[in-house]
Amino acid sequence: MQGLASYITGRLLLAPVVLLVISFATFALGRYAPGDYVEIQAGTRARPETIERIRHERGLDDPVYEQYGRYAWRALHGDFGESKRYRGVAVEDVIFPRLWVTVQYNAIALILTFGIGIPIGTWAATKRGTWLDPLAIGTFLLFASVPVVVSVPALQWLFAVKLGWLPTSGWRVHEFFGVELGIFSRQIILPMLILTLPGVAGVARYMRGQVLEVLDQDYVRTARAKGLRGDVVVSRHVVRNALLPIATILGFELAGLLAGSIFVETLLGIPGIGLYAFESIGSRDYDSIMAIVLMGSAAFIAANLLVDIAYGFIDPRIRLPGAVRP
Amino acid sequence: MTYAEVPGAALEQLAVRPAPSFRVLRRLARRPVAVIALAVILTVYLAGILAPWVAPYSFTDTDFQHRLAGPTWDHPLGTDLLGRDMLSRAIWSAQTTVIVSGAAVLTGGLVLGVTLGLLSGYAGGRLDSVIMRVADAVYSVPTILLLLIITATLRDKVVTVFSDIEDFTGIHGLVSSGAPSYFLVFGALSVFGWVGMARLVRSQVLSLREAQYVLAARAAGASTARILFRHLLPNVTNLLVVALTLSLGAAAGAEVALTWLGIGVQSPHPSFGAMIFQASALTTLRAHPHLIIVPSVVIASLMLSFNLLGDVLTDVLSPRRR
Repeated sequence: MQGLASYITGRLLLAPVVLLVISFATFALGRYAPGDYVEIQAGTRARPETIERIRHERGLDDPVYEQYGRYAWRALHGDFGESKRYRGVAVEDVIFPRLWVTVQYNAIALILTFGIGIPIGTWAATKRGTWLDPLAIGTFLLFASVPVVVSVPALQWLFAVKLGWLPTSGWRVHEFFGVELGIFSRQIILPMLILTLPGVAGVARYMRGQVLEVLDQDYVRTARAKGLRGDVVVSRHVVRNALLPIATILGFELAGLLAGSIFVETLLGIPGIGLYAFESIGSRDYDSIMAIVLMGSAAFIAANLLVDIAYGFIDPRIRLPGAVRP
Repeated sequence: MTYAEVPGAALEQLAVRPAPSFRVLRRLARRPVAVIALAVILTVYLAGILAPWVAPYSFTDTDFQHRLAGPTWDHPLGTDLLGRDMLSRAIWSAQTTVIVSGAAVLTGGLVLGVTLGLLSGYAGGRLDSVIMRVADAVYSVPTILLLLIITATLRDKVVTVFSDIEDFTGIHGLVSSGAPSYFLVFGALSVFGWVGMARLVRSQVLSLREAQYVLAARAAGASTARILFRHLLPNVTNLLVVALTLSLGAAAGAEVALTWLGIGVQSPHPSFGAMIFQASALTTLRAHPHLIIVPSVVIASLMLSFNLLGDVLTDVLSPRRR
């Protein structure tokens, strides 16, 4: 237990340092980038002196570390600056509603990915040596091999244009008890398909490997030998033990989903954080970019940390000092 | 699906004992899936490498008489909006894929990832924790976002550096050949691509570190470098082969994603990402489906082949699951 405790402490102490490094790097990149927003805001016909004056007024000609210091201080007090794209609106007021949109459908996609991947992987492992195993895994691998930027237009064409079953794009909100939910609409089906199907292959493949590993164990042979039915052995002995390591790929799948969100939101016009990131980079809205990167990194760090801690508690073998951590 | 990330978790079950390569090849040859996958990969890679000789047209040749044409004898895969031959563009795109993913996997995965993984696992102690904490840090960054920012902000700088090099060395055509954008994409992919590989190698080395032959080599006075590269590296090759296969596929997909976002390979240099981007508007898609079908089929079958080959290799190389 001691090993785990010090490991967690170490990771907790590291988190702010990582955030600091990431935020400074992003900040510096933004400041050194060509064509800052002052030029964009001032317009193409502004005189160089005007641009200089605006820079000076906003402290943009101070050294980068001073500017960063000011930024960090304000950010710690919950002030992330003003959105340049939506003028006059605070960045945090733009981000939070959009974050809620992204979180909603990503949570559903994550649940679906694991909910489909785990049974498929288990089933494939029990069918090992027959043609069903490679067929099942191969089918989902095919989905995983089509880039999102291809599958979105392809599915739009199929379901919206050809069959006319689904709307091509958009995001529709219904209100439930004062909470705006967009996941109960026909618009959600397309992004769900696109985000879930590629992830299933990863989970299924990993689960299959784990199940095969467990099937080799002595206790499975014992369970079979004492006359338990095959499906009971699988559900009671195999799946439970194979599920443990699945937790480790949770962070990995989440990262994949968030990366996919940028494309899905941009292509399907979903007003989430991914679309906002895409827009902000296009319009060099560095205050928004900073906030998105900070928030994204914090979420990633937290998710990975949670997974590691959970894993340590679930599997006692990890807690041994000197054990190999995944 | 983090781009250019080795899906390491799935590989840890690979046993460490290396099998002689000819036996592995023979076992591979008995798997039809592996043979087909290898054939697809070789075709795309050879076409890419031999592009200047294989492609019937240049990627900029336009034929305004036959714009957006379907397949004909002159243009077996049709032509695009500017009347450029789709087959030639696909072949040149394959070259982009080969250069970018090959370079990224070589530097990021193989050189950085393997070396750091070996060092981290073997040295242990403070060095190990420094490397692994840096890996944790890189891992916890939303990769695609940072890639977007880095390439968006640094592109002009890189182009300047490359034209300086041109002036300095007298080599011409570096910038016009698209080298800066290749460099950016591959640099971005390799900076974030080493973590998975390093973790994977480290976890293997941790269990090999106390093996008798390592102790023996150390007792005989072998240097650390010798132990790392002569004794430990050969014992993780199985793992490397599979991980490299999978990351080549992932890098090919990453190029598409980056270029689609507008931060990858720049026009007029063809790449599958650029071809897909140009064709993916719904109206274009309806009227001229061949524009998107050609690049999508190639990139999807390439990625699928890498994935399938990786799976078969895992099976073939792992003694426990034979």
